[in-house]
Amino acid sequence: MSETEAPAIALRGLCFSYGDRLVLDTIDLEIARGEFVGLVGPNAGGKSTLLKLILGLLEPQAGEVRVFGEPPRQAARRIGYVPQFPAFARDFPISVEQVVAMGAIGAGFDPRPDWSGRAARAAARAALAEVEALELAARRVGTLSGGQLQRVLLARALAGAPELLILDEPTASIDQRAENEIFDLLARLNARLTILVVSHDIAFISGYVRRVACLNRTLRCHGTELVASDIVRQLYGEGVRRVDHQHNTPTRLQAPGD
Amino acid sequence: MQDFLTALAAHDFLRNALIAGLLASLGCGLIGPLVVIKRITFMAGGIAHSVLGGMGAALYYGVDPLFGALLSAILAALLIGAVRLVWKAQEDTLIGALWAIGMALGILFIASTPGYSTDLMSLLFGNILLVSPGALWFMAALDALLLAIFALFYRQFLAVIFDEEFARLRGVPVTFFYLLLLCLVALTVVLLIQVVGLILVIALLTLPAAIAGHYLHSLAGMMLGATLLGALFTSSGLALAYAPDLPPGPVMILLAGAVYVLSALFSGWRTRARAHRQAAVSRGG
Repeated sequence: MSETEAPAIALRGLCFSYGDRLVLDTIDLEIARGEFVGLVGPNAGGKSTLLKLILGLLEPQAGEVRVFGEPPRQAARRIGYVPQFPAFARDFPISVEQVVAMGAIGAGFDPRPDWSGRAARAAARAALAEVEALELAARRVGTLSGGQLQRVLLARALAGAPELLILDEPTASIDQRAENEIFDLLARLNARLTILVVSHDIAFISGYVRRVACLNRTLRCHGTELVASDIVRQLYGEGVRRVDHQHNTPTRLQAPGD
Repeated sequence: MQDFLTALAAHDFLRNALIAGLLASLGCGLIGPLVVIKRITFMAGGIAHSVLGGMGAALYYGVDPLFGALLSAILAALLIGAVRLVWKAQEDTLIGALWAIGMALGILFIASTPGYSTDLMSLLFGNILLVSPGALWFMAALDALLLAIFALFYRQFLAVIFDEEFARLRGVPVTFFYLLLLCLVALTVVLLIQVVGLILVIALLTLPAAIAGHYLHSLAGMMLGATLLGALFTSSGLALAYAPDLPPGPVMILLAGAVYVLSALFSGWRTRARAHRQAAVSRGG
């Protein structure tokens, strides 16, 4: 398959272990360009590990990862990544605009000093405008609320002009209203980007994504019509937001009494 | 002060000392903020103390101690960096070991050096009044190297110290820049040892940057602020030490330490006052 028609993400027979603990067992997944896919599963089910493999931060012990038909490291600059937790110290002396500008940093040594910083600033402001957070540009990153920080991290990912957006629990530490706003924004971005979002909240993301991949060491995919809220309620009970379920068939969730 | 200015005009060694202080300020201004922000002060301390081993070995074998210092500082930096990056191990234990082993080796070498006459105190605490014109050129060259590297790769260093994982995803050679940063810390340590000796080097590396960080909220701003503060502390320390004939290094450090404590207290008070003001405005609204 040529690189121009390759799927955004293709995983074949992917296995990964931490020591003797098998975290991912023979994972096959294909995400076409333009899809909006949710990845759900219990804690320690392998979601973050799978993302790291797709991002090229880990190497699989078996199987193959291809992003736009290339090994992840080679496709890294076509991916925008929003981590679950910011990896930086909140007291780091840096403005929001500078953080977002880092998303557009050149690969390799790229020794262009960009003395005025004009190009980077323009990219940062455009990305902040897209996530409706331009008013935060001059703020120090340590003064942001959880929801504002998520928007800024999303803007940083967008500043690199990605074709694929990967988000790891982007709404884990924010309230319901901010969660809705972020997902509305993602739905708009999906018009031009392929999106893979990890979430613990299958009921919530089912309203946005077109396909759900359920991961608990092994992986099964479902259309969102199969995980409507009444089925989730039957399966997990009212108010349960963490998903931990069994797969008895390869193609759909099984409700009690089936 | 008048005495100091008169002596400055009259004595080459005093002018050399002042220039050495200013050259060291640039090094501590550029590297200090990175050490403070990246929280690698302990690592810089380990590198500084391991330098005594290299200096002692150089003296023993009749080589310029500066060469021994440079070599051991770079080796220590690369070893610490490799432990963190390759073995993904906590580097604390290794730093502690290098710290002590470097000192022990240095003292053994110096004790074994035939006809040894170098003052151990001047290695440990430095003597800015004995800085030679050759050492000044060496310091100027190191400053020029630091400036050139930061002019070219400022954004990469910022990306690596801010968020290593994200920088790696954007294709920045994180391992290279992290090891380069540690090597630059090592070079700066050697640069500053000329002025305040290896025991006090950490204070000059971190205090101006930490004070600048109380008021300036960008890396570039902290670099400029720390350079100016470093220049102020080294020059004032030299001037204050002149009349009572005190060793300048410790005077510089005590001056920097006193300003740091006052600044930390003021900065804490200012933050609390702002919070109270904000709460009052909120209640009023």
